[in-house]
Amino acid sequence: MSDISASNPVYRARKRNNRVMLSVSALALAFGLFWLAWILATLFYEGGSALVRATLYYQMTPPPGADGGLANAIAGSLLMVVVGTLIGTPVGVMAGTYLAEYGRNGWLASATRFLNDVLLSAPSIVIGLFVYSVYVAQAKHFSGWAGSIALGLLVIPVVVRTTDDMLKLVPSSLREAAAALGCPTWKMIMQVTYRAARTGIVTGILLAVARVSGETAPLLFTSLNNQFWSLNMNAPMSNLPVVIFQFAMSPYEDWQRLAWGGATLITLAVLLLNIVARVLFKKTT
Amino acid sequence: METSATARTQPPRIEVAARSEQAGETRAKLTVRNLDFYYGSYHALKSITMDIAERRVTAFIGPSGCGKSTLLRVFNRMYSLYPEQRAEGEIIMDGENLLDPKRDVSLIRAKIGMVFQKPTPFPMAIYDNIAFGVRLFENLNKRDMDERVEWALRKAALWEEVKDILGQSGHSLSGGQQQRLCIARGIAVKPEILLLDEPTSALDPISTAKIEELVDELKREFTIAIVTHNMQQAARVSDYTAYMYLGELVEFDVTDTIFIKPKQKATEDYITGRFG
Repeated sequence: MSDISASNPVYRARKRNNRVMLSVSALALAFGLFWLAWILATLFYEGGSALVRATLYYQMTPPPGADGGLANAIAGSLLMVVVGTLIGTPVGVMAGTYLAEYGRNGWLASATRFLNDVLLSAPSIVIGLFVYSVYVAQAKHFSGWAGSIALGLLVIPVVVRTTDDMLKLVPSSLREAAAALGCPTWKMIMQVTYRAARTGIVTGILLAVARVSGETAPLLFTSLNNQFWSLNMNAPMSNLPVVIFQFAMSPYEDWQRLAWGGATLITLAVLLLNIVARVLFKKTT
Repeated sequence: METSATARTQPPRIEVAARSEQAGETRAKLTVRNLDFYYGSYHALKSITMDIAERRVTAFIGPSGCGKSTLLRVFNRMYSLYPEQRAEGEIIMDGENLLDPKRDVSLIRAKIGMVFQKPTPFPMAIYDNIAFGVRLFENLNKRDMDERVEWALRKAALWEEVKDILGQSGHSLSGGQQQRLCIARGIAVKPEILLLDEPTSALDPISTAKIEELVDELKREFTIAIVTHNMQQAARVSDYTAYMYLGELVEFDVTDTIFIKPKQKATEDYITGRFG
């Protein structure tokens, strides 16, 4: 007869293991949060003052030594991220739908999934160089379109992956239930599986938006920069990441302050995007 | 009666008409002839031959893995969703072979509804769960659709419980209510045959009783095939019972005969719990 009491050695070892592993997990959590908090604190400490100055939002990027803002960079970033998302999202969602609903584990789907993972982990500078060689070099000028295409190419693999994963999470019993009513596959996807996977797919799109809104390298080769107000997609276009990159590396203090402001702004925008998404989904589900 | 002790070696071949005096006047709705089914290379159903009687309840019993759910999924071509699964033989409904690859499976499934073991409400409002299937083949105006939804929910004995919350998500209902919602969804499209794959295995006794009453009510209009692990349930709700084992149809007869004086020793052993 084994000893079933609090002093049972197996039971005590198990409790000790639990305590140790729980402490390690808590430490890991604290470790991760510590750096995150540090980054956020530094951003707000350095960039907070620039953020509350109204000139940041309506004045253009200044020459060294002059007062100015980031209006052209904010507008350029917004425009290119929106256009990039509009290019990348439909392609990504449709490709992900093919993988999960039609291709499944066929050779074409497996090959596509593999190539998509390669694209997902490809350094973004490679994407920038690619767009540079096939578009910028041919058109012989940097442009907002080139930047948007580069961002769109970065959006695609993220959206493909999340759409594929989220649709695969939809139980096949739900698909069978729709099919059992005589529902054709395309209608089943549109009205049942998309609905079931909606939260995940939209989260994937937002993740993609968050990822590309901070991308610097691909824009260096495509949209470059523009110190004036310009919404012309055929001309070089200012954007926050490249401005941050240039200004932060410069020796001028007011440029550095603007760079901190821009960095804080991007962080806040991405944070806000996530919060809005969460609130929206709380309401609908 | 054609069933004999040799049925273990020869596939049982039972004509429903031969027993008509026992179960009332019946007509075969589905005629299954020499049906073989394969999951890849696995031979899951072996030369099944039987008739499913119109407006009667046919129960399928047998141990797990015997092929009874598989057989049900052949009836509505559900297996066609999976390229590695295939069926050979004939299932005749209204003079045409359902297994003909040229047949439009959506049309077959609209006539042969199915309710699954686990409730599968769609991620939409209760009302839309019912209306979804109807909209696939009918263009109803708001009033007719309202009527149809109410009709289906009443048939499924769910109307009183949900009539004030039709706009709520189907997921907000209890398990038993969700299953009755799925049955309502299945009958709303007015199929000719309803396939029930262990419809009560996840439900409590009260919900189970409601669904059994419902099956009794529904057989006035629909032909029903039900797979169940619950022998009492088969005895209670069905007119005919088929006992299957290892992909073969061991015995198929009027339910009373199967439960009171089965001809096969194997059937008797299973029913009396001496199986295995």
